[in-house]
Amino acid sequence: MAYPAAVREAWQAELAGIREKGIYKEERFIHSPQAAHISVEFPSGAALKEVVNLCANNYLGLSSHPEVIAAAHKALDERGYGMSSVRFICGTQDVHRTLEQKLTEFLGTEDTILFPSCLDANAGVFEAVLGPEDVMISDRLVHASIVDGIRLAKAMHDTYKHCDMAHLEEKLQEHQDKRIRLVITDGVFSMDGDFAPLDQIVALAEKYNALVFLDDSHASGFIGRTGRGVHEHFGVMGKMDIITTTLGKALGGASGGCVSGRKEIVELCRQKARPYLFSNAVPPPIAASAIKVLEILSATTERRDKLEVNAKFWRQGLIDAGFVIKDGESPIVPVMLFNAKLAQDVARDLYYEGIYVVGFFFPVVAAGQARIRTQLSADHDIPMLARALEAFKKVGAKHGILGLDKKGIIAKYGQ
Amino acid sequence: MKEAILSYIKKEYLDEDEADDMALDENTPLISSGIVDSFSMVSLKRFLEKKYDVKLPDEEATPQAFDTVTSIIALVNKHLAKKGA
Repeated sequence: MAYPAAVREAWQAELAGIREKGIYKEERFIHSPQAAHISVEFPSGAALKEVVNLCANNYLGLSSHPEVIAAAHKALDERGYGMSSVRFICGTQDVHRTLEQKLTEFLGTEDTILFPSCLDANAGVFEAVLGPEDVMISDRLVHASIVDGIRLAKAMHDTYKHCDMAHLEEKLQEHQDKRIRLVITDGVFSMDGDFAPLDQIVALAEKYNALVFLDDSHASGFIGRTGRGVHEHFGVMGKMDIITTTLGKALGGASGGCVSGRKEIVELCRQKARPYLFSNAVPPPIAASAIKVLEILSATTERRDKLEVNAKFWRQGLIDAGFVIKDGESPIVPVMLFNAKLAQDVARDLYYEGIYVVGFFFPVVAAGQARIRTQLSADHDIPMLARALEAFKKVGAKHGILGLDKKGIIAKYGQ
Repeated sequence: MKEAILSYIKKEYLDEDEADDMALDENTPLISSGIVDSFSMVSLKRFLEKKYDVKLPDEEATPQAFDTVTSIIALVNKHLAKKGA
């Protein structure tokens, strides 16, 4: 096998460049199930450390829930480990059909199709249903997987300023000559934790004869009075033409995603979406556990209610302590530090204090917008969060940033 | 041309408070600095094509070519000259 030295060296140089820029991602090894408290080996080879996890997408604390695990065990025994097939050959079991029906009910749509992940759903859906005579108009902060999906489609694309309805309206006016206008947005934006104003988006879509696409991965299961998502929050359930979401966050946290929405769109995905056609079916234990998750969430709103209480407590605690946070109502609470090195230093110091968080900076977020993204879970409780707040205060005081506003932090550390 | 392009960039890509704070000129890096992300560059390309009545081929409308207003003007002028020739 030829692996020329020059090729190896070129890739080594690229890796060295990533390290030099300080953006090399080191993985941390967790020696326990995903939960509010985890046991972490970091750096590699270091002694295990018990920490509070404030960076998982385990919003409802269902990743290691006993009933979810039991449902997976049962399906493993009764339906096996994997399908060794794509869905349309011999990869569709009764559990897949049931899960698709339950997701349709839960999300308030017409039909649903499972994908190996929500990334795959986003990568497949636009190309499957849109053509060169159509336009996709997306919020500028949509998730990377949507950007990839848009790039794969033949339709024209355009973008509007983040959550800027006047700008979206201009774009809808500009593209009146197209067959289909599809407005594309996340429900909750993953880096900022803010909501897309879906009621206004729906009103504009109705005014300008456009369809609406919603990626509700950071909302399904817990946003809205009964946790159906951002469309429930804004009172526009039933008005979404396409919803994509994941089973890999609140809804059990394993993997898998879906396209849910208008019957014809789902049917076209079943016929044409390449990540669906050419990738294995979601494994039976995951499908069965996701059904169990939806049963739990349909029976009681207890977990999403607790998450809401936790998020309010945490937001207020950070504000009272003197941190700058992004406004919002979601359990994604970004602590703004603006400077990349400061974000990394604060995250490291918090780890020594028993708090697991990660610093995010350009290019993951805009330049000069470095932050620590904290994420709440229904698995957290108030005493645990109160202790975490004490750690934040201690580290914030060490770096002299408590009580400073954006300008103050930038004056001290640069942007 | 410079003023028209700068004005479009401010309107299309900057929020009002940013537009006031930021000193934007023809040599300010746009894409490498994150002011314009390469994905949202398409509307700038369409603006240029419509306003100056030229076709900018995709292979030339690269993030590098769109990184400053100076380089954008060079690209537009090149295609204007071709059209005139």
